[in-house]
Amino acid sequence: MTQNPNLNLWLIPLLPLAGAALNGLFGARFPKRMVTAIAWIFPGLAFLQALWITSKFSGLGLPYIESHGAWVQISSFTVDFGFYLDQLSLVMLLVVTGVGFLIHIYSAGYMWEEGGYYRFFAYLNLFMFFMLMLILANNYLLMFVGWEGVGLASYLLIGFYFLKHSASQAGKKAFIVNRIGDFAFLLGMFLLIKTFGAASGTEVNPVGAVNVLDFTHIFSSIAGHPEMFAIGTAGSLTLTIIAFCMMFGATGKSAQIPLYTWLPDAMEGPTPVSALIHAATMVTAGIYMVARSSIIFDHAPAAQAAVAVIGAVTAIFAASIGITQFDIKRVLAYSTVSQLGYMFMACGVAAYSAAIFHLMTHAFFKALLFLSAGAVIHSLHHEQDMRNMGGLRKKLPITFAVMLVGTIAIAGIPPFAGFFSKDEILWKAYSSPHGHWALWLIGIITALMTSFYMFRMLFMTFLGERREAAHGHEEDGHGHDHHEIHESPWVMLAPLVILAALSIVGGWYWKPAVFSGENKFDAFLSPVFEHKAEPAAHMPAGGAPQTGAVESHDETALAVPSHAAPNGAGEHGNEELEHQLAYLSVAIALMGLGLAYLLYVRRPELPARIAESLGGSYKAVYNKYYVDEAYQAAVVDPIVDGSTDVLWKGMDVGVIDGAVNGAGTSAKFLSDRLRRMQSGNIRSYAVWVALGAAAVLAYMIYMGVQ
Amino acid sequence: MAIDRWILTLVTFLPAAGALLLMFFPRGRRHEEHGHETFSSDNTIKWAALIISLVVFAGSLHLPANWDHSQHGFQAKYDVHAAWINSPKIDYHLGVDGVSMWLVVLTAFLVPVSIISSWNSVHGRMKEFMVLMLFLETAMIGVFLALDLFLFYVFWEATLIPMALLIGMYGHGRRIYAAVKFFLYTMVASVFMLAAIIWLYVKVGTFDYFAIQQALLTGQVKGLEEAAPWLFLGFFFAFAVKVPLFPFHTWLPDAHVEAPTAGSILLAGVLLKMGTYGLMRFNLGLLPEESRANASWIIALSIIGIIYGALVAMVQPNLKKLVAYSSVSHLGFVTLGIFSFTAAGADGAVYQMLNHGVSTGALFMMLGYLYDRRQTYEINEYGGVATPMPVYSTLFLIITLSSIGLPLLNGFIGEFLILTGAFQAKPIYAVLATSGVILSAAYMLWMVQRAFYGEIRQEANRTLPDITFRERLALVPLVVMAIVMGLASPYWMKSIDPSARKLNDPTSQYVKVESTRK
Repeated sequence: MTQNPNLNLWLIPLLPLAGAALNGLFGARFPKRMVTAIAWIFPGLAFLQALWITSKFSGLGLPYIESHGAWVQISSFTVDFGFYLDQLSLVMLLVVTGVGFLIHIYSAGYMWEEGGYYRFFAYLNLFMFFMLMLILANNYLLMFVGWEGVGLASYLLIGFYFLKHSASQAGKKAFIVNRIGDFAFLLGMFLLIKTFGAASGTEVNPVGAVNVLDFTHIFSSIAGHPEMFAIGTAGSLTLTIIAFCMMFGATGKSAQIPLYTWLPDAMEGPTPVSALIHAATMVTAGIYMVARSSIIFDHAPAAQAAVAVIGAVTAIFAASIGITQFDIKRVLAYSTVSQLGYMFMACGVAAYSAAIFHLMTHAFFKALLFLSAGAVIHSLHHEQDMRNMGGLRKKLPITFAVMLVGTIAIAGIPPFAGFFSKDEILWKAYSSPHGHWALWLIGIITALMTSFYMFRMLFMTFLGERREAAHGHEEDGHGHDHHEIHESPWVMLAPLVILAALSIVGGWYWKPAVFSGENKFDAFLSPVFEHKAEPAAHMPAGGAPQTGAVESHDETALAVPSHAAPNGAGEHGNEELEHQLAYLSVAIALMGLGLAYLLYVRRPELPARIAESLGGSYKAVYNKYYVDEAYQAAVVDPIVDGSTDVLWKGMDVGVIDGAVNGAGTSAKFLSDRLRRMQSGNIRSYAVWVALGAAAVLAYMIYMGVQ
Repeated sequence: MAIDRWILTLVTFLPAAGALLLMFFPRGRRHEEHGHETFSSDNTIKWAALIISLVVFAGSLHLPANWDHSQHGFQAKYDVHAAWINSPKIDYHLGVDGVSMWLVVLTAFLVPVSIISSWNSVHGRMKEFMVLMLFLETAMIGVFLALDLFLFYVFWEATLIPMALLIGMYGHGRRIYAAVKFFLYTMVASVFMLAAIIWLYVKVGTFDYFAIQQALLTGQVKGLEEAAPWLFLGFFFAFAVKVPLFPFHTWLPDAHVEAPTAGSILLAGVLLKMGTYGLMRFNLGLLPEESRANASWIIALSIIGIIYGALVAMVQPNLKKLVAYSSVSHLGFVTLGIFSFTAAGADGAVYQMLNHGVSTGALFMMLGYLYDRRQTYEINEYGGVATPMPVYSTLFLIITLSSIGLPLLNGFIGEFLILTGAFQAKPIYAVLATSGVILSAAYMLWMVQRAFYGEIRQEANRTLPDITFRERLALVPLVVMAIVMGLASPYWMKSIDPSARKLNDPTSQYVKVESTRK
């Protein structure tokens, strides 16, 4: 392989950053058209560069790596500003810049009348910067920059309407819940450093000898020492712990159980934000991270299984909530959680390319669905409750058409994009060596639910008769005639049409083997994921990127396997079964459609009666299983109350400062303040008990260590 | 260069010389303004103080600009050593290594910035204010540079007087209580250090840092075996109070809440680092074996401080107290890094000292700006401030993000390195301490939400003026530093890392007489 051309990957994230800086610093003084131009041009250029790279891609030696100096450099390790391009990052790059650019265009129409127009686009461009850092980084720490950064952008954009308490609350919640995930990601990185760094401690190395967190360093170290990391060894145990940390991090970013609760609340943000960040790109970061670390997960069967189970459970759990919601954006939010669950499940059964495939098609149709929901909301002057919609098909024909496309795509009806990717995941959940029929079963039930709640949404919004809100909308009646419903401007509709087209044809590139296709997508991605962990000691030489050499930093040439065998190809005996299951999933999707039609078009009075007859269980689902309330009561309240009554007023002001404040009077003072322990607040008693237990435990650990 | 010999002396004593000069400035005519007396010469004095502090800052930059990276510990070319008092043998000895250099630069950076930030918020007695600031600067820089233990102790105690006076004379409501508490608390703790220093002098016959270090590490001191734990504790107690390490921290919230803005900036930005610096220089540098032997419980206190400080910060109704408790949490990270005895931990600890100076200095400065407008630090008095003050709020958010360790800003590098080191020392340390990362996001963002977002609740806040040009002049350098230090850490690290590693393992430079316990 010859020398790679210079692709200037660094420009791709920096372009939107420049846009963000321009609009952020001077946007207040720019005219709106200028703000729009800046906001479009920079991500647009990034997209163009991504296309240019795609055109050069087949001639590249992969992975393509470029480095731009050290970011962190101490004696024991170095972390570079380095960028990494392979098949996986290319797919992510095209999805993020492409869909991102379309959403930027749409946003100009959607946000035109809103205050803080420049601020919105500055944040949106900032998000693009961080997201592109995340997918182009060549090491985990730089990936973490993007990882936390998209969390920041998300925080800013969810809380965009900061005058609204619920919006700033939701933004803060998103950031903190994500930080809980980041906590685990950080721990994973510490363990990576410890495992793959030089000897730890106060070693005397030449400064910054090891790029310890580089993907190439870690992956080649694992691949180069199959005996050290073979399943069942101590090495594999370490990788399992790392994988669990990463998985927990991913549950935060990709809104999986137990950290999904921030995503539905994130719908407080403007709708284009929901489309871009909370559907198409940011929330897929967890999937990307797991896929990127596939070699680690392949050596960590326990973590892999956990990923699969979490994904499956999240998928069905969120889908069940989606059925009961009336806020159009919340339906889509739970649907996103559920679809991310599918992707998680796919990663868990080591079907990474299926996960990335679904990630891509989902980006198309979910962005489409959110944006068309935005168009509906925009046309109805910020009405989001589907109970106050209905009959909009005539008034908004184009919106209806594209939303229909999106709905069919997500429901999994061929030949639309969602069918191919979802079916691939379901098949892999069943047939993969890491799969299980129960995963498939949960997946197929979820598919039924998905089809049902999506068509329910479509029918409630567009079919039937128009239902007005009972209370007559004083708050948004600023001179708008409420009946004046009209189609959105071209600047919003054009991206919708493009996304609709992608939602139809986006799946055809896969053409799974079962439909006598070539499975091109899988073949394209397979070099990234080809490194199966062998319980035995031998390992195929071509499977690992840069086998052996740890420090082959500049040598980007990699032996691309000449003919990567598609994952499912070997199983001829299963072909018939695969066919049957595919037919079944189509039937299931149609069943969901039919059921929704029956309940929401033919017999619209039925759903309420059903809900009533279900009583408490319906209420529990409608109230999202009270998970938020449970977290509040079990985690947030005790921490806040305990910190106030026990730590601050009891411990700090009472005990410690009391002891300090007067040697002579301290005895009296102390006993006086200690009375505060008995505050009568059950929670504070609980915290005192916990504190005591912790102290005893700490002492015992300490003694054990000595 | 000829200047090399003089630069440390210059940087240390120029502020004091300036202060002496200011004392001879005439007060000019007296006015009554808002019930405070002001003088026609106040402006001259302010400008003079600012110019002096800027010259000192420029002088301090000579050090990194001419740093010799081939020398790992102290830089011989800057070393100043002259006899001062013959009996007892006390020398004038200043020296600088990669750790103390940046602390000196930080100090020299924060003083002019605090002077600008309190340009209009000192009401009355301007001359004394500036004189105290400059004396304080000399004392602080002296602490970081002194290599004679007696000289060190003099500088150490000398910081107390101007700071206590700044709090007592220019503070808010309970300023006398806070000043006395601050003074007594740290004074009492320092006495233990003095005892340790005197013991060393009696045994070694000198106050010289290098001589004592060599004597201690080559096993030439008789009776060290029995005395070492007490020596360690003597130094440790003085420094732990200053840091402040849990549970010696309760003077800090009081001092901060009552201190004037400039006092808070220097208190958080520099004075606390004197404690962590002392731990590195004296506990680690002189008593490495004791330091390692005692590391586990000090780390335990650090981790408690991280979590405890964060939790208590979270529920504070007072902005300044919140930031004060957050300092307890942040400094817990520093001591954790120091006592992890890893390269990453030590580097991160030093970097975090600088970061904390920048970020928390900026936070206190910005809270001061709010106080100038509304005369209160109660969070409930604010809410919705982002509407009248958008630029201020944006800058506040950037500093908040730096404080909670967002990557690409300064705080992240320090925290990440410290936690990496802690993990290498023992994974459980990092697991516990990393939870502080979640909590810091919680308390800071909650504060931002309550103070800046939402609808305006108090009429008085509706017309608050946004940040002024003069206020920006003081703040923007800090914001810029927060970003630059987040992007270009290797520039700092290449001088910090070799020196920090040397402090981690001071024995390596001496021929050991007896084997060390490991």
